[in-house]
Amino acid sequence: MRLTAHDLACLRGGRQVFAGVSFALAGGDIMLVTGPNGAGKSSLLRIVAGLLRPASGRLLLEGGTKDASIAEQAHYVGHQDALKPTLSVAENLAFWTTFLGGGGEVMSALAVFDLAPLARLPAAYLSAGQRRRLSLARLAAIKRPIWLLDEPMSALDQASQARLVELMRRHRDRGGLAIVAAHGPIGLAPAHELRLGPT
Amino acid sequence: MAMIELANPTRFLRIVDRLLPWFAAATALILAAGLVQAVQAPDDYQQGATVKIMFLHVPAAWLSMVGWAVMTVAALGTLVWRHPLADVAAKAAAPIGAGFTLICLITGSLWGRPTWGTYWVWDARLTSELVLFLLYLGVLALYWTAEDPGRGARAAAVLSLVGAIDLPIVKFSVDWWNSLHQGESIFRAGGPVIDASILWPLAVMAMAFFLLFVTLHLAAMRNEILRRRVRTMQMLQAQEAKA
Amino acid sequence: MNAFWALLIRDMRIALRAGGGALIGAVFFLIVVVTVPFAVGPDLKLLGRIGPAVLWLGALLASLLALDRLFAADHEDGSLDILMTGELPLELTILAKAVAHWLTTGVPLLFVAPLLGLMLDIDPAAMGPLLAALSVGTPALTFIGLVGAALSVSLRRGGLLLAVIVLPLTIPILVFGVSASDLASAARAGFGPAFTILCALSLASLVLGPFAAAAALRHGLD
Repeated sequence: MRLTAHDLACLRGGRQVFAGVSFALAGGDIMLVTGPNGAGKSSLLRIVAGLLRPASGRLLLEGGTKDASIAEQAHYVGHQDALKPTLSVAENLAFWTTFLGGGGEVMSALAVFDLAPLARLPAAYLSAGQRRRLSLARLAAIKRPIWLLDEPMSALDQASQARLVELMRRHRDRGGLAIVAAHGPIGLAPAHELRLGPT
Repeated sequence: MAMIELANPTRFLRIVDRLLPWFAAATALILAAGLVQAVQAPDDYQQGATVKIMFLHVPAAWLSMVGWAVMTVAALGTLVWRHPLADVAAKAAAPIGAGFTLICLITGSLWGRPTWGTYWVWDARLTSELVLFLLYLGVLALYWTAEDPGRGARAAAVLSLVGAIDLPIVKFSVDWWNSLHQGESIFRAGGPVIDASILWPLAVMAMAFFLLFVTLHLAAMRNEILRRRVRTMQMLQAQEAKA
Repeated sequence: MNAFWALLIRDMRIALRAGGGALIGAVFFLIVVVTVPFAVGPDLKLLGRIGPAVLWLGALLASLLALDRLFAADHEDGSLDILMTGELPLELTILAKAVAHWLTTGVPLLFVAPLLGLMLDIDPAAMGPLLAALSVGTPALTFIGLVGAALSVSLRRGGLLLAVIVLPLTIPILVFGVSASDLASAARAGFGPAFTILCALSLASLVLGPFAAAAALRHGLD
């Protein structure tokens, strides 16, 4: 599997956020995207996820599932947690598991982030960190080869960060690839680092 | 002293648990007595037996107003004194008051069918009652959509007070808009003009409905307190899991 | 198709739980219709004559105003992003949400309508055609409204804007809906033709609505 980006540019509200971004990732690669606020880290991830159109440039995926777009093979974890407060913790994850392809085991995915005891509580009662963990539990519940994580460490405590690092390591060892936007080190040695913004 | 002790929800729960069976029993007894008396009451020389629906209709109409009165007092308790039980009382009263209003509307329209020849007539009293029902629905919708019970309670309290001020104006304007209904016949200067054979069963039924309201209200308040405790415990559980 | 049903059930569950908007639409319908006699007077003959039209206007407003949050809520909490990375085509995702929305806000209107018919003294013989027309017409209102709901996400405005965009598009539904439900006009033109055209409009919007809304959502990506 190989994900290449060629000369991507992004325009937001008439302002050029970045231009000339190219990278090539193979299975098992993790790319760290860094840069100051407003450099376009989130925009780059959204472009790869198909949620934002690039002003120019091309994205190419070779060796993935035939006829499936990059978005359909990717997990996108953005700043928002995509949770419904009135649904229970288990219902929230079960919905995404079924919607994103099914087959996932909800309870064991909850256990990865230590959320199993809270399975029956409404998501409204969760703290910011718990909400983030529930959002990240999607990664464990459904297998998708490309992970696009936008500052996944924010709001997480040490123990949860370690669990996420472990999850990313397993993903990498299985040949998955990941693009992680972060301000600091992510606890794993990335194969590539992309620095956006003025250098 | 008594009020302060009652203000403690735990103590309130204990008292309610002790009182509730007695209230329920008294309600059942008096309701049975009222129904028997109502059946034995003489038929109206014009309307025949259909007049007996009045024994349900009139007390329900009174209780629909009692319900809003309870909510208004509770709203003052919520907004002015911040009494811990006040918004529980208001929230518990809303669906019960709405229920009595609905009974009043349904019995009114069933009574209207043989008397007026149609199920619904836009006469002043029925229409005021309908507007009261709509106001109840507004309060219920507010409680239903508020995710945080505290904020929902304050919003509903404000709405109850506004409604209490607006209701007489509604009544006046609807009277202005249309009046077909017979005039007041019970509460008016010079005493009641209807016969004692009808007045007695009506008084007993009103008493029974009032007790029914109290019983339901106490039970609903207990349920609401327990529901809030479950919520608090669940939130604590979420907090402890984090630590 | 599992994804379709999962989304449909999720949206219905959210609408029916505390805080959901399922029954508010029906209450709104009730209130809109009840205010009409205050404006035109309590004359039952007059109310009976304009009754079907009043019910249609009430159903139209209730359907459209309830659509406001259909995509906006998912947009605000980030769910829309994840919905778009699903394997389910966006058109079907939108269809699932729209069907769930109609089941939770459109169907309650159908239960309230006979009651309101009674209060407006609509001829009982007219209630059957009226209910048939409403049950065919309200999905059409929802599906036409989808475009407005999708546009209001990308424009970050809701409420009245949605009504302004969508109301002109719903005029055909109103025309054929009312003429199928109204005994007097049905006697002139016949119930059949108007109802058939209403069904056709409803089916067309069922197909076109999700496509237009998907295009609006994709175009508004940012």
